[in-house]
Amino acid sequence: MIYLDNSATTQPYDEVIEAFRKTALDYYANPSSLHRKGGEVERLVRQARGSIASLLQIDSDEVVFTSGGTESNNLAIKGTAFEHMNRGKHLITSQIEHASCMESFRQLEKMGFNVTYLPVGSDGQVSKSDLAEALTKDTILVSLMHVNNEVGSIQPIKELGTIIKENSRALFHIDDVQGIGKVSLPIPDTVDLVSYSAHKFHGLKGNGLLYKRRNVSLFPLLSGGGQEKEVRSGTENVPGIVATAKALRLYLQQSQSNSEKLHHLKSKLQNELGAINEVVINTPRNSAPHITNFSIPGIKPEVLIHALEEKDIFVSTRSACSSKTAEPSHVLTALGVSNARARSAIRISLSFQSTEKEIEVFLVELKKAIHKLKQVMRY
Amino acid sequence: MYDHIIVRYGEIALKGKNRKGFVNSLKKRVKQVTTDFQGIIVTQSFDRMVVKLNGHDPDPVLAKLKTVFGIQKLSVAIRTDHDLEEIKEKSLELIRDQQKNGIKTFKVTVKRPYKQFPHRSQDMNREIGGYVLRNTEDLTVDVHNPDSELRVEIKSDGAFISCDHSEGAGGLPTNHDNKVMLMLSGGIDSPVAGYLTMKRGVKVEAVHFHSPPFTSERSRQKVEDLTRVLAQYGGDIRLHIVPFTNTQKTIQKEMPDNYSMTIMRRMMMRITERIAEQTGALAITTGESLGQVASQTIQSMNTINEVTNYPVLRPLISMDKVDIMNISRAIDTYDISIRPYEDCCTVFLPEAPKTRPKREHANKFEKYLPVDELVEEAVAGVETIIIKEKEEEFNDLL
Repeated sequence: MIYLDNSATTQPYDEVIEAFRKTALDYYANPSSLHRKGGEVERLVRQARGSIASLLQIDSDEVVFTSGGTESNNLAIKGTAFEHMNRGKHLITSQIEHASCMESFRQLEKMGFNVTYLPVGSDGQVSKSDLAEALTKDTILVSLMHVNNEVGSIQPIKELGTIIKENSRALFHIDDVQGIGKVSLPIPDTVDLVSYSAHKFHGLKGNGLLYKRRNVSLFPLLSGGGQEKEVRSGTENVPGIVATAKALRLYLQQSQSNSEKLHHLKSKLQNELGAINEVVINTPRNSAPHITNFSIPGIKPEVLIHALEEKDIFVSTRSACSSKTAEPSHVLTALGVSNARARSAIRISLSFQSTEKEIEVFLVELKKAIHKLKQVMRY
Repeated sequence: MYDHIIVRYGEIALKGKNRKGFVNSLKKRVKQVTTDFQGIIVTQSFDRMVVKLNGHDPDPVLAKLKTVFGIQKLSVAIRTDHDLEEIKEKSLELIRDQQKNGIKTFKVTVKRPYKQFPHRSQDMNREIGGYVLRNTEDLTVDVHNPDSELRVEIKSDGAFISCDHSEGAGGLPTNHDNKVMLMLSGGIDSPVAGYLTMKRGVKVEAVHFHSPPFTSERSRQKVEDLTRVLAQYGGDIRLHIVPFTNTQKTIQKEMPDNYSMTIMRRMMMRITERIAEQTGALAITTGESLGQVASQTIQSMNTINEVTNYPVLRPLISMDKVDIMNISRAIDTYDISIRPYEDCCTVFLPEAPKTRPKREHANKFEKYLPVDELVEEAVAGVETIIIKEKEEEFNDLL
């Protein structure tokens, strides 16, 4: 099997499953219970939190455990909007965000908030002057994706952060679900909130993290027993939290030793794709090493995906979260890609385990499939 | 940009014959706290240490160094060769970076212990200052009160340029022969007292009185957690857990209500002295602050102190509660201290404890208490655990 859909989700590491199993079995007490078993689990959660914090070079009390990237994004965006609405009701984001951000903003619009959706260039970046102009004294939040999940474009977070902080009092949220470990981003001083998802780094689904800078206050979306320092109530998903800590550690270790390999695989992939006549590459030049997006105008991507699937090769059309809609990708459209091209996009996403051999096999099978499909279908 | 951290030690540089010992223990501790950063090299000269970062981000290393007692000042620095042009370039780079933080004024301080370098300090001062001024905007020199001080030090192994200076933890490096027993209750004050004692170069061990089932596992956990925070500032700490249930129950039964608190404190003091004797600690530290609660009036102290002739250190004696709370927040013990578990002092607190107890009364009442037996029993049952600086309990899972 050749799995090239790692931006949709990754295969959990064996060690992660084992840590989950052991925790679920041995440390099942509620960390809030007063007895000794509860105390033990509380220590375990605290140590997991500390381990994650030191890997991300942040403080322990800046880690909020959530149920995944979607919740982290919802909490960052709506939590900021509801908490700070008396200071202003203007929010800024871009046109190429993930559905969990986009839809949060749409909901907030219905509730009376004002949202600016900044356009992006063909490189997927928002313009600094656009951002500076959009900021007003009513702006309470800017939310941007670090690495785009469909095309792999990179937002220059550090520079944008400086502009935001120099021109406004807005909080700055980053969706770094796709970027972590692949495109290095030590959290800059200008960033207040960062979302992560465990199953994108070989952890388990149902686990996410939100970095929340000290002293940043959010309106909790889940209220109850006051866990996570009142920001996110609900009994801690202890096995998931432990598994996330394990996954993050192993993943960042791999990231250090495999970063070059990933860049090498990307350039090989893009060079050879570029040499195929029917292929147009949509991924901008300066982009993340694991995502390559391309189109074969004239061939329906679903058909191509199923053709490759017969050879045990798994790729995707676009973000798994929006693959059920028939509309052309909003990301590609925002990048200025034509409708025909945007409708026929394919995404390859690698992991640190991907090999050169896999890429070679994929390229051979892709060429065969194009050849076969070209003869039977056009639209 | 930065590749070194310069560690300056103020007070210990003055300590005459003891200097060498101080510097050695400081260096040992600096190495200990930076051991997780692979490839870091620590070298030392007369009045400072230099930490070579070898590619590590300075911020997390700096955060670690700020927990080390004996360090006065920390500066992140760039090293260059003995080349005036390069020094000027790098100086400019640093100042420009500082301008992003909004500095408007600066001054240049050049030190040249390496006299083979051909340019005199005064000349370099002018040369570098002028170069920076010519190549920046909105920046002036202020020699008395600058927003940023650009320090250039010409050493035999290169020039070190820095302008981002921060305060170290101060105090003196830990001398493991100076051992003191800290009475650690779990409240806000005693960890702060422990911290301040450690700050003066003392190795602390902690005593905690545990009265199960009146005090829970959680309150013991709280004390272990507090001890671990303190261990961040001076390395692993031995924690002595004293079984105190029987003593408390006996006091409760046999002693008059309004003297029970005073007598409980006297018992604690006796037991602590015995443990100190056994472990070689030379004094006892408490978190008492004069007048704060009934047990901390001057009369109470007089009556409680009667039972020991060990020095009792009270670093918080003159502090207001808010000041203590501020330190407690700064050293990260506050959030643990406010966890709402009963401790040995609160659980049997009488309705109206005597605020002006007298020695003669306490002695009279204690005639009806098997003091020696209770002390023996408690000391014999002490459980000693070592609280490690790093929590490793669940390492296999994480």
